[in-house]
Amino acid sequence: MNPLLRLLSELQGVTNLLWRAIKGVKKRPRYMHELVNQMDKIGIGSISIVVLTGFFTGGVLVLQTYPTLEYYGAQSNLGQGIAASLFRELGPVLTALMVAGRVGSAISAELGAMVVSQQIEAMRALGTSPVRKLVTPRIVALIVTLPLLTIAADLFGLIGGGLVAQQLHGMDVNQYISSVRSGTHVADVVAGIIKPIVFGAIIGLISCHKGLSTTGGTVGVGVSTTQAVVASSINVIIADFFLSKLLQSALSSTLF
Amino acid sequence: MESAESLNIEREEPEINIEDIDIDELDPEDPFAGRLVPAIEFRDVDLAFDDQVILDNLSFTVRRGETKLVLGGSGTGKSTIIKLVLGLIKPDAGQVFVDGDDITEYDDVELMRVRRKIGMVFQEGALFDSLSVYDNVAYRLHEQGVEEAAIEHEVVRMLRFVALEDAIDKMPAELSGGMRRRVGVARALVGNPSIVLFDEPTAGLDPPTARTICELAIKLRDLEDVSSIFVTHEMNNLEYISSEYATIDRQGQIHFELEGDKLCLINTEVMMLKEGNIVFSGKDEQLRQSKDPYIRKFIRGK
Repeated sequence: MNPLLRLLSELQGVTNLLWRAIKGVKKRPRYMHELVNQMDKIGIGSISIVVLTGFFTGGVLVLQTYPTLEYYGAQSNLGQGIAASLFRELGPVLTALMVAGRVGSAISAELGAMVVSQQIEAMRALGTSPVRKLVTPRIVALIVTLPLLTIAADLFGLIGGGLVAQQLHGMDVNQYISSVRSGTHVADVVAGIIKPIVFGAIIGLISCHKGLSTTGGTVGVGVSTTQAVVASSINVIIADFFLSKLLQSALSSTLF
Repeated sequence: MESAESLNIEREEPEINIEDIDIDELDPEDPFAGRLVPAIEFRDVDLAFDDQVILDNLSFTVRRGETKLVLGGSGTGKSTIIKLVLGLIKPDAGQVFVDGDDITEYDDVELMRVRRKIGMVFQEGALFDSLSVYDNVAYRLHEQGVEEAAIEHEVVRMLRFVALEDAIDKMPAELSGGMRRRVGVARALVGNPSIVLFDEPTAGLDPPTARTICELAIKLRDLEDVSSIFVTHEMNNLEYISSEYATIDRQGQIHFELEGDKLCLINTEVMMLKEGNIVFSGKDEQLRQSKDPYIRKFIRGK
């Protein structure tokens, strides 16, 4: 199949899955137990890596920007720059990429293994819709937990930045905090929460689609897992650009 | 059918066309009225994946209480037949009837209703790895929102049927291949389905365990009045199922008896597929007499 045709058929598959997943939210039985289970796995399970990512990103941001700011004597603006870049870009995108790596791969590997061992067919044969039982709870869990994880990453990024500023550059903590506060705008925070909602949907949809369309035995599970992580990461980054543009004009916030 | 003629076996099967039967007109008092409607019927079913023809104008019926043994080499469309009965895939042309209902055009909701009366045993068991044996067997009942006390009773009863009560709290990963298969049988039988589909249930099992699975199929056929399709490519499965029958004595003990030379089980038919076509349909005795080189090779292995 030529690449364009393949892209279109993938797009069709994802759209079809999205539509069925949305229908799955409305219909009964709703799998609340499964949803809570997935939120625990995806949300609670990802806290540690997301917090670490945020912390060290904030730290390295300060490490790299402080000398430049110092050169211009603008150290007092450090917090504003850190807050803006974390809330707007680094928090949502890095969290989404970490979650795509950890959760996207897990979802597609699990669903792929279920396809290969006929468990999905068994589920349908036993009268359950796999989309409603497996896909909808995972996507909803990602949409709910990713914004929360992003907020955690943002906060720990600010803490990491503050620690580096104080310990390595001898900056006053109060000065840092006040500059962070003056650099934090409602529009940034709102945009920083809207983005991960979309990213969560992207990761969930692509990973579930890749997992469910697994063919070719155990080798196929590996292939679809790789594809799921790559495709969701790339799409997160592409979507980030367009979302930023959209939110920028919608929330009329300007970068720096 | 060549072989049937050469043996001079006259089979007077009344031509039943289920379109002529109006289910509402059947006398509700007559216990045999409903039995005229075949459990499963395929009518001129065509199916192809891309350019590859899987089933070519396939027609057959499975009567109520009958076991249809489907033989054939790998890739002859045996498992596809089972997926068509469940509505997991749709035929390109033709119709599939389950209990007299044409399921070909059914949507997901209607198919769910049909699937409730069908039990399915998968090749490798296809147990849900994340659920315990109990939850696997109880799956269908949990989905239907049955009370937990009733579920537990039913699950224990089913596990006793396959002689696996001890494994109730184990996870599928802890079970051997044969045990997984038996749990798969138990899961398929929960809710007393009137139709059970076996997809190569004995593939890769040791002979005694394979025998156990066949005995379960015989028990279902003779004691529970279940209609079934039993897909296999192993000749000893055919031997067991088409030449033994189960009886139950006063103590409730189940015995398996051989049909011998004087009896012929009428509730078991053999159908052999080759490249999506039926090359043989009839009794096992006729199959053994067949002169067809493909069939002879299949039976003897050379």
